[in-house]
Amino acid sequence: MFSGFMTNTWIVATVVAGIAGVVGFFVVLRASAFPAHAIPNGAFAGASGAALLGVNALVGLVVFAVLAALGIGSLGRRGRHDVATALALVMTLALGAAFLSRTTEYAPEIFALLFGEILGVSASEILPVAALGVVCLVAVALLYRPLLLSSVVPEIADARGVRSRHMELAFLVVLAFATAMTVPVVGALLIFSLMIGPPAAARAFTPRPLLAVALSIGIALITMWAAVASSYATNWPIGFFVGTISGLAYALGRAWTAWMPTHRSPGGTTSPAARLRERITGRLAV
Amino acid sequence: MSWIVEPGFFASPQVRTAVVIGGLTAVVSAVVGTFTVIRGQSFAGHALTDASATGGSGMTLIGIHPLLGFACGAVAGAGAMEAVGVRHARGRDLATGVVLGVSIGLASLFLYLDTTTTATTGATRHILFGSIFATAPSTVPLVAGFSVASLGGIAVVYRPLLFASVNADIAAARGVPVRLIGLTYLLALALAVGLSSLAVGAILSTALLIGPPASALRLTKRVGRALLTASGLGIGATWLGVLLAYDSADWLPGHNGLPVSSFIVAVIFVVYLVSGVAVRRATRGRVGAAPGLNLDRRATSRHRALHPPGEEPSCSPGS
Repeated sequence: MFSGFMTNTWIVATVVAGIAGVVGFFVVLRASAFPAHAIPNGAFAGASGAALLGVNALVGLVVFAVLAALGIGSLGRRGRHDVATALALVMTLALGAAFLSRTTEYAPEIFALLFGEILGVSASEILPVAALGVVCLVAVALLYRPLLLSSVVPEIADARGVRSRHMELAFLVVLAFATAMTVPVVGALLIFSLMIGPPAAARAFTPRPLLAVALSIGIALITMWAAVASSYATNWPIGFFVGTISGLAYALGRAWTAWMPTHRSPGGTTSPAARLRERITGRLAV
Repeated sequence: MSWIVEPGFFASPQVRTAVVIGGLTAVVSAVVGTFTVIRGQSFAGHALTDASATGGSGMTLIGIHPLLGFACGAVAGAGAMEAVGVRHARGRDLATGVVLGVSIGLASLFLYLDTTTTATTGATRHILFGSIFATAPSTVPLVAGFSVASLGGIAVVYRPLLFASVNADIAAARGVPVRLIGLTYLLALALAVGLSSLAVGAILSTALLIGPPASALRLTKRVGRALLTASGLGIGATWLGVLLAYDSADWLPGHNGLPVSSFIVAVIFVVYLVSGVAVRRATRGRVGAAPGLNLDRRATSRHRALHPPGEEPSCSPGS
């Protein structure tokens, strides 16, 4: 399980889980599960387009993911994000279907793009994935404070001169980079699952943002490693394990919030979102 | 005529089935989808299409008709969302995402088992992207039955549903059973989604559910008119898509046409963009022309006319 070609898989899976843990924290804060689901689907269309043109798949993934992100950002003006996201999603998928009908790719390869394939990682893929990962991390580190403010307390962020629209676009582009690199491993359909289950659980355990990010990375790593190991052992698609283990993490977080009375704050607010908000506004007031 | 409609278009039995099933699907999706858009539940609508794909692939695995599987999957997904669901809009997004993630995970397993046990490698492509041309004519009665059930469900709860969709707080204060109405609506949505999954594929059925209603709600502020417009747009887009896909076989070398779903979605997308441009032209300079806002105002004013102000409960919009 740890020898030969599997070494590449373990390295890439670890990088992917780390990025998903960090970016996913903001996906959960901003309630952006739908864009996080739609953008990788756009990336899938890009990969099939790249296969048609004979270009490197990663180029297609990045270009289409960024296009989908910008499409969602610009179509969804005035807050009606869900309709714009749905339409961007179906449009990119329709393109993907059209591209696929022109190629002679075998169904298993499409399946791998959609649902992930742990055996398909080659040594040459590690460097670009790691580079994209570093780009994402640097972007999140630079945006950390304004992004956190505009996600949790948008009205205070506005008052402090943080442009919420710019933040939204910037975040969507970061999301696009983060998903583009993960599609070949986890698959277009399930990367968002890794981006919401672990961070949602982490947020339920602690109201401290940095600690929550760290926890989120930890849970995402456990999820991903467990998924790779189970997929290797059973030969079942990795997406199945990522989806169900992430769902399990979310359920654990919900259970923790519901059954931990000692955890309730004096104000009586128990929802993780409300506790985080309380903490950040408290910090700002000091 | 032959340069618009390729010879043999109307004589082809696949085309006839596609026109009937596509039309039915478009109408049901438009009616249900109008409420989906008003309620801001596009994500749930899309998640249900994926849940229905899970059901479809699961039923294919045990050899039952996929349409039944599509519907069962969608209903199970709706139930799970209602069970996990939280009151706040942001929490709802998360809960929907989790249900979606688990159901796609299951779908990937079912599809994998489908392809390895029965060696039908086309199963993935068929269930996800669907093909209206590959539908057997014998499914038409079944599809018609589902359409009637779904439309009937909406018709029964039409007025309270509209009230609860536009402003849930006031509706709840007025004694509308918001939760029950919401569940009935989710079931109708699940049926509609199971149906359109079969017609344009599980993922692309989102297009029929969201596209025409969103365009219609941009063009008109009246819900009744929006329902009609959305149905018309949906049928138009579907039939145009079918026609283009049929014709495309002759544009391209090798008589290998492009997928019909791609054409339908492309038409729907263009209609949405055009409706945006049209509305921006028409409302240039006017303030507060967003459809949701006017719907809200209209429902509230109608409500005020029926019940004079006085003990109006305080409410926060958009919760």
